[in-house]
Amino acid sequence: MHELGVVFHCIKQVNEIAAENNVKKINSVTVEIGEVSTVIPYYFEDCWNWAVKKETVLKDAKIIIEKIPAVTHCENCGKDYSTVEYGKTCPHCGSGHTFLLTGNEINIKQIEAVDTVE
Amino acid sequence: MDEVRIIEIKKSVFEDNDRDADLLRDELKKKGVFLLNLMSSPGSGKTTTLIRTINALKDKINIAVLEADIDSDVDAKKIYAATGVQSVQLHTGGMCHLDAEMTRQGLDGLDLESVDLAILENVGNLVCPAEFDTGATDNCMILSVPEGHDKPLKYPLMFSICDLVLINKIDVAPYFDFDFDKCEEYIKMRNPAARVIRICAKTGEGIDEFSKWILSRIKIAKGV
Repeated sequence: MHELGVVFHCIKQVNEIAAENNVKKINSVTVEIGEVSTVIPYYFEDCWNWAVKKETVLKDAKIIIEKIPAVTHCENCGKDYSTVEYGKTCPHCGSGHTFLLTGNEINIKQIEAVDTVE
Repeated sequence: MDEVRIIEIKKSVFEDNDRDADLLRDELKKKGVFLLNLMSSPGSGKTTTLIRTINALKDKINIAVLEADIDSDVDAKKIYAATGVQSVQLHTGGMCHLDAEMTRQGLDGLDLESVDLAILENVGNLVCPAEFDTGATDNCMILSVPEGHDKPLKYPLMFSICDLVLINKIDVAPYFDFDFDKCEEYIKMRNPAARVIRICAKTGEGIDEFSKWILSRIKIAKGV
C-alpha cells in the first residue's frame, strides 16, 4: 500500500520533468532507495509495473532500483557503522548518541528518454 | 531513428508533495485557519479524543473536521452526531495516507469561512502518514497505553515529526506494563521539542490540557 503512494508521486514528478524536457517516451527511470527508507524495492517494482501501464510517456518504462546502504555515525567516538546490523547503539563504544548518515533516501536519480530523430 | 538521452534528476520522490504542502500551509495561514493533523495506529482512540476535545472547544472557536479513511463514512457521521460541527469524509481509495493534494481536496468540501481550527483525522497508520506532509500547521499523534511504551523506538519518523504526543487510555495503565517515564524518554530521544500530554478520552482526563495546548498553538500561528 505504502509503495503504491510513493510510486504515484514518483510518476507525477517524472511526468512533469518529461513535459519540461519535451520527452515523448521514457525507456527507464532509475531510483535510489535507502535500506531503511520504509520502501521495499520488490514491492516498489511491482507497484511501478502496474501503475505505468496507465501512463503515456511512461507506458513502457522500466524501473531500475539502486539500493543505498544504511550507515549510522556515532557522535561519541566518531566512527560509522551499519545501521541494519547494530541499530541506534554504536558497536565500537556503546554510545547511543548516533544519527543516520545515509539510508533513508527515496530519490529519483535519472531518466532515460528516447527521442525519435527524423 | 531513436536517440537515447539521460536526464539527471537527483531529487526526492517527496519533493512535489513537500512543495504542495508548503503552498497549502501558506494559504491556510492567510485564511486564518489552523490545520491540525492527527495521526495514530488504528484503534488508539482518535475519534473519541476528537469528540471530547471538540465539545470542550466548540463554544470558544469554530471547528471543522476532515475525516480520512480507506473506506466508509462512520467517523464523519459519528463526529457530526456527537459534536454538531461540520465534518467531511475523505476516501483514500486504498491508500494508506493522505498527501497535500488530497488534503486540499478535502478542505474544498468544507466551508472554511470563519473556521479557526480544522482537524484532519489521518488514516490509522504510523508509517506512511509520517512521510507525506499534509500541509498541516501542526502534527499530533496519539499513542495508547495498550500499544506499549516502546512505540517511539519502532516508528522513529512518526515521533520525530510530531509537535505533540498524546498518551491515551491512561485509565487502563494498571493492567499493562506501560512505563510512562521510559516512553517520554524515547519520545524526547526522537524529538526533544515534542510536548507530551497524558489523557483518557473515555473519562475526559487531560482533555482540558490538550484543549489549552490547541488554543495556545492557534494564538502562536495567528501571531496574536
